[in-house]
Amino acid sequence: MALQKILSVSGRAVCVPGNDIDTDRIIPARFMKCVSFDGLGEFLFYDVRKNLDGTNQQHPLNEERFNGATVLLSGANFGCGSSREHAPQAIAKYGFKAIIAENFAEIFFGNCTTLGIPCVSASREDIAKVAAAVAANPQLEVTIDLQALEVSFGGQSIKVTQRESARDGLVNGRWDAIGELIEGKTAVAATAAKLPYVAA
Amino acid sequence: MGKSLFEKVWEAHSVRKLANGQTQLFIGTHLIHEVTSPQAFGMLRDLGLQVAFPHRTFATVDHIVPTDQVSEPYEDPLAQAMMDELRKNCEQFGLTFFDRQSGKQGIVHIVGPEQGITQPGTTIACGDSHTSTHGAFGAIAFGIGTSQVRDVLATQTMALGPLKVRRIEVNGRLQPGVYAKDVILHIIRVLGVNGGTGYAYEYAGEVFDRFSMEERMTVCNMSIEGGARVGYVNPDETTFAYLKGRPYSPTGTAWDEALERWKSFASDAEAVYDDVVKIDAAEIAPTITWGINPAQGISINETIPDPSSAQSEDERAGIDEALAYMKLPAGAPIKGTKIDVAFLGSCTNGRLSDFQEVAKFIKGHKVAAGVKAIAVPGSQIVALQCEKLGLDKVLTEAGFEWRSAGCSMCLAMNPDKLVGDEVCASSSNRNFKGRQGSTTGRTILMSPVMVAAAAVRGHVADAREVFNVSSN
Repeated sequence: MALQKILSVSGRAVCVPGNDIDTDRIIPARFMKCVSFDGLGEFLFYDVRKNLDGTNQQHPLNEERFNGATVLLSGANFGCGSSREHAPQAIAKYGFKAIIAENFAEIFFGNCTTLGIPCVSASREDIAKVAAAVAANPQLEVTIDLQALEVSFGGQSIKVTQRESARDGLVNGRWDAIGELIEGKTAVAATAAKLPYVAA
Repeated sequence: MGKSLFEKVWEAHSVRKLANGQTQLFIGTHLIHEVTSPQAFGMLRDLGLQVAFPHRTFATVDHIVPTDQVSEPYEDPLAQAMMDELRKNCEQFGLTFFDRQSGKQGIVHIVGPEQGITQPGTTIACGDSHTSTHGAFGAIAFGIGTSQVRDVLATQTMALGPLKVRRIEVNGRLQPGVYAKDVILHIIRVLGVNGGTGYAYEYAGEVFDRFSMEERMTVCNMSIEGGARVGYVNPDETTFAYLKGRPYSPTGTAWDEALERWKSFASDAEAVYDDVVKIDAAEIAPTITWGINPAQGISINETIPDPSSAQSEDERAGIDEALAYMKLPAGAPIKGTKIDVAFLGSCTNGRLSDFQEVAKFIKGHKVAAGVKAIAVPGSQIVALQCEKLGLDKVLTEAGFEWRSAGCSMCLAMNPDKLVGDEVCASSSNRNFKGRQGSTTGRTILMSPVMVAAAAVRGHVADAREVFNVSSN
């Protein structure tokens, strides 16, 4: 399956600060009562964005000046907790195309990569620089270059890191493994044949 | 050089290297449920694919089932739609489904082991982060997202990079009144909520050697709460005794062969680990959470952390945020914190021994006035076992409601939810903001016996004092 090569992502950014932002916060469980991922975008960060009566709480995503942002900035251990793919799906459906955080929870990182959402890591100080520049000028274009592993914004740039297997998948258009997994059919059958509990 | 169980299982299930450097890993056992599978079946249909190894996928329904209603249709049409979708998918693709009529339904991580589907030396995947539970049997079990559920359905494999292995040894003896739940809450407190990122946790030492399978499952279950995607215990005689005679366990000569094979997967004595952590069992006290992630825990006799004594700016901000949400006073004893709800159950602590232990102590006590207390068995089989022993009666006489099997108030996708900012003493695994169904609801994680003590007193209490615990 030919996938798009994701060499870079450019767009305006918004910072949702904090560490250990869990997937329950990204998409509360009650919104997972669905059999499709469509429509999850409007429930992104719902319980920290909305009051019980549906009116807005103070939250970066409720600030008009950040409308249309496609790059999400955050803190450490972003996406911890549940394995629900509903979390990256909600992020993507909301309109985000990439995430810059100090680091990511393992399952969340893998889920994002499989959906073609690059997750790159940067130091807290560097993320604060991007966040400050974006706060000063929400129209600022932020570019994540996955080949150079660099984020540039308004004449400044910072270094970022990304697990090599993920980076390789994104820049070479093989971030969703399904095609390659299917191609391995013969080798899969050979492995299965060696496992008594599978054959039985 | 010796190898760890993780390395051996990984090697036995490696199909080939993929272009991006990851491994195509064979997944011997695939468990599915109604929440994270429907979209995967949708993707399968979109791609025109079949299920590659239908006899290696097992389904049950757990997250959305009401625990006070068995008959369908459910009051919640969305829950009914998910139920119908799973039933349809299992029928269409020829998958085994432990439906509610089967008498074998329950939380997916309880059903797998009790059916004997979970076995040593195997790879297991499920679209649920608590899949690490199955590691208690010496399996390598991964929580996965829905796209990977699709991958496993379509190919019985997934793309994965290897993990490092950290051996966590707990030696010595646990004090009376200290349980497996306290061990894992203590481990997460020590190593941090993301201390396990990139690691598989191998739990070992005298405490794990003595633990029953159910206790091992409680610990492995919460590996992900410390950031570790995988947690396991090496298989031993306790494991084999548990598996003997279960519906999916091998029999006859196949059993003898399986036994040899299972033993061969245990970590070698000279295995080399990426990290080793040693913990003295005697240092572990009944441990409960005070904050909004599972690493924010203290022992029952400690005071709620004070932001002014934080070691770092990060820690201070974390304490501030947690205390603001939990509405708890910094520096005060956690003991005495008023509760509104007591929840016994979940894939962490919803097994027979959890209810047995509570029943042993709560007999003759009453749930405090104003406390709503519910006990939710983890599976229909657990429910039946409890009922045969009369444990349900003991619990209902004490003032607990005895419900039918499901995930229930652990994540409140069914009607069991906190209301407003109620405080719940909970035997579940996550205390995230809003986790138990109310956006302002508050969760305090603890062992089942500590939940019982809190229910009886109406506030957080030391079960050892409430129940005069002198021996385990």
